[in-house]
Amino acid sequence: MSVDRSPLGKFWAEYRENKMAVVALIIVVLMILLALFAAVISPQNPYDLANLSLMDSRRPPGFVGSGGYTHLLGTDPQGRDLLSAIFYGLRISIQIGLAAGLVSLSIGTTLGILAAYLGGRIETLIMRLVDLQLSFPAILLALVIVAMLGQGKAQLIGALVAAQYAYFARTAYGAAKAERGKDYIEAALATPLSARLVVWRHMLPNCTPPLIVVATVQIANSISLEATLSFLGLGLPVTEPSLGMLISNGFPYMMSGRYWISVYPGVALIILIVAINIVGDQVRDQFNPRLRK
Amino acid sequence: MSDPVLSVQNLTTHFFTRAGVVKAVDGVSFDLARGEIMGLVGESGSGKTVTGFSLLGLVDAPGRIVDGSVKLNGTDLLTLPASDLRARRGREISMIFQDPIATLNPMLTIGQQMLLAVEAHERLSKRAATARAAELLTQVGIPSAEMRLRAYPHEFSGGMRQRVAIAIALLHRPAVIVADEPTTALDVSIQAQILLQMRDLAAETGTAMIWISHDLAVVSSLASKLAVMYAGRIVEQGPTADLLRDPRHPYTAGLIASLPAMTTPGLPLTQIPGTTPSLLSLPVGCPFAPRCDRSSEECQRDPEMTDQGDRGWRCFHPVTRPAEVPA
Amino acid sequence: MLGFVIQRFIQAVGVMAVMSVIVFFGVYAIGNPIDIVIPPDATQEIREEAISRLGLDRPLIEQYFTFVSNLLQGDLGRSFVYNMPVLELIGGRLPATLELVLISVVSATVLGVSLGIYAGYRPDSWVSKTIMAVSVLGFSVPSFWVGLILILFFAVNLGWLPAGGRGETVEIWGVAWSFPTLSGLSHIVLPAVNLALFKLAMMIRLARAGTREIMLTDTIKFARAAGLSEGTILRRHLLKLISIPIITVFGLELGSTLAFAVVTETIFSWPGVGKLIIDSIAVLDRPVMVAYLILVAFLFVTINFVIDLVFALIDPRVRKGASA
Repeated sequence: MSVDRSPLGKFWAEYRENKMAVVALIIVVLMILLALFAAVISPQNPYDLANLSLMDSRRPPGFVGSGGYTHLLGTDPQGRDLLSAIFYGLRISIQIGLAAGLVSLSIGTTLGILAAYLGGRIETLIMRLVDLQLSFPAILLALVIVAMLGQGKAQLIGALVAAQYAYFARTAYGAAKAERGKDYIEAALATPLSARLVVWRHMLPNCTPPLIVVATVQIANSISLEATLSFLGLGLPVTEPSLGMLISNGFPYMMSGRYWISVYPGVALIILIVAINIVGDQVRDQFNPRLRK
Repeated sequence: MSDPVLSVQNLTTHFFTRAGVVKAVDGVSFDLARGEIMGLVGESGSGKTVTGFSLLGLVDAPGRIVDGSVKLNGTDLLTLPASDLRARRGREISMIFQDPIATLNPMLTIGQQMLLAVEAHERLSKRAATARAAELLTQVGIPSAEMRLRAYPHEFSGGMRQRVAIAIALLHRPAVIVADEPTTALDVSIQAQILLQMRDLAAETGTAMIWISHDLAVVSSLASKLAVMYAGRIVEQGPTADLLRDPRHPYTAGLIASLPAMTTPGLPLTQIPGTTPSLLSLPVGCPFAPRCDRSSEECQRDPEMTDQGDRGWRCFHPVTRPAEVPA
Repeated sequence: MLGFVIQRFIQAVGVMAVMSVIVFFGVYAIGNPIDIVIPPDATQEIREEAISRLGLDRPLIEQYFTFVSNLLQGDLGRSFVYNMPVLELIGGRLPATLELVLISVVSATVLGVSLGIYAGYRPDSWVSKTIMAVSVLGFSVPSFWVGLILILFFAVNLGWLPAGGRGETVEIWGVAWSFPTLSGLSHIVLPAVNLALFKLAMMIRLARAGTREIMLTDTIKFARAAGLSEGTILRRHLLKLISIPIITVFGLELGSTLAFAVVTETIFSWPGVGKLIIDSIAVLDRPVMVAYLILVAFLFVTINFVIDLVFALIDPRVRKGASA
């Protein structure tokens, strides 16, 4: 039964063998869908201040609120339905994580390939900067940038990008450099083909597998970092609560037994991050030539 | 011959990998007399290194010795519990490896490493142990032994490091030393020195040696007996001089013929066509058959070892004329 | 070796210089420099007076040199909120952070390396597999969440340990430490565990990978061939060989742990430097922010330098220079 599969088909066939990774992937897709359709499936719009009633605040799960529906997961201090808030929060967390991840990917990859391709002084300069940045903890960097630039979505994404592009740069650099040394690149460069084409068609595809692996990990990291920043009060404004902010809101109430305000958003966050990490792990194992049979 | 110091019967070591079973060593048998130097020759992938490891019980997972016996001074090493085996390793049988840089721990001094090897088998005072170590360093040709003991491996050249390894191997006067390509990683000039040194040491101490190598020329200057391995089996063995002058197995003949020394100057070097088979998918029957110009239908069956006196070969169509010697 | 030390030292000084330039231009050129010194609610008059008094209308280069000279004299400005020299402020809070970080880091390393070596030595035992699975969690789960759960479980539900704050302190060498006291110990356990988790996970994975790799090398094979017992091999060969990668990561992670202390201190209301910076960012107490950055940069550089020194000491190849 030797059907000739496309590389993607083969990849998926092998991926399917790891049951846990498949479950993780389903979870990730599910969460993305929840986030996308948050507005449709939430029983309540947590941003619509008119809808909220303080009478409903801090109620335990199962409480029937003034809106007439059951708050399956309880309510938060502002009277928001926690389930809805979690859906919206998921949306924001995923949005920011994805945005930060993709921007870091572009910037980092460009820098890395540029450094590998141009060589010489520019290479040393770029990679020194990247190394310096890598040794600096991401959270401090993000803290500093948020402190300098203030709060807001763009600033937050900017901080996350600044903290993470270095990983992409280093990975792209490593892969591109390995490719750059190969003879066929030299040969291609000797032809009238534009250098840009060579980079695009030859060097870039070689970098793709490791970059995908780094991307999944970094997206999870972005989400985690954003949650941490929000938790510390340095993320998005209170009116657009991401999961981190929801957790932070509920923190003071934990002592008095109203655990659900923090715990449920936290659980959602953990499930998301762990699922992404499991998918990332599996992808990484599959791309690693040394682990292959 | 009187009782051999080492008697190997049908040694079989397989590697159980995801891709399948690799029959690295597939029924190897030979005897080693006291003080004898035997050369184990073969290309990479022939199983010679794994044979060496198997003799000492140093085969790493996923490999495992699945059959056979290794009788050292009458005791079958493969039946011993781990602690007994360890007690004999380094004391009755020891091994030196190919890359002297990788063999010694860069973070410990030579003295520390030698002392560890001494203490593994004997309770000596530190002074006595140090004296023994120094004595052996001198014996392998390293001057100012006491001072050198305090040095670190990176302060030595490759050849010196290998000598240290040899010294460690000789510490307890073992009956057998297995040397896995000990000179391959060294300069040619050093190679010659070490070769001579080891031959003299073996004679002095009465230690038998198994010299594993891919280089027929190197081994034949040292060994009194040769065993040629191919695809996990010994395909021919016998006294060195006889083997070289009058090989029976086509592979042996091919190896000899491809030696630069055997080629008339000006003519192209002889090669054995083809490549060694993958041990994952060995051909049915004689593994050399695909590359052999003497093969026939018969070679679809596995040839048994044909013994004739002190020689043996596995072939249905052994070579009968002596190898060509240039004028 | 002296040459090595001097070279590293010069590098360290160089990096500090670069950092000082970055911080300076980051704050003075991007932000409004006057906001460092004057609270946001001062009148226009006071602002202008302060600007000329402090020479903020001078060329940037001149300002930089003033900045650096102030720095070297230990003058890091005054905090708006606390109205005291920042140096004093930070100095007062630093021991708390140091205590927390040190205890976390040391326990994480000792425990992590031990577990990791075991997992690497016997990779197929169920104990090892459990260790590895748990270590994955240590990586992926955000540390503030772990802190939350710890508080929920141990402080709220079980009531065994306090949920925040620092316990009683004892003065040793002129500095207040809390771990020698029982109350101090009970207060430090949860935050230390929280902080240590990530590093623990990292050390486990590192030690396991290193162990697996080292056990397959010729050095170990040769030692086995010489008849050394497994215990001796582990103690005398493996530990020495694995120390290099462990120490490298230890140094890198020390800085990272200092950073994460920010989160842990906030959750557990631990009165350290980390909490200080978060509070300062919230109220825009810029002198404190600047000083914190400089401090962190300094600590980083120092840590790296010390790690390099440690290498020089333990690795004979560096210590003795090139081979004979």
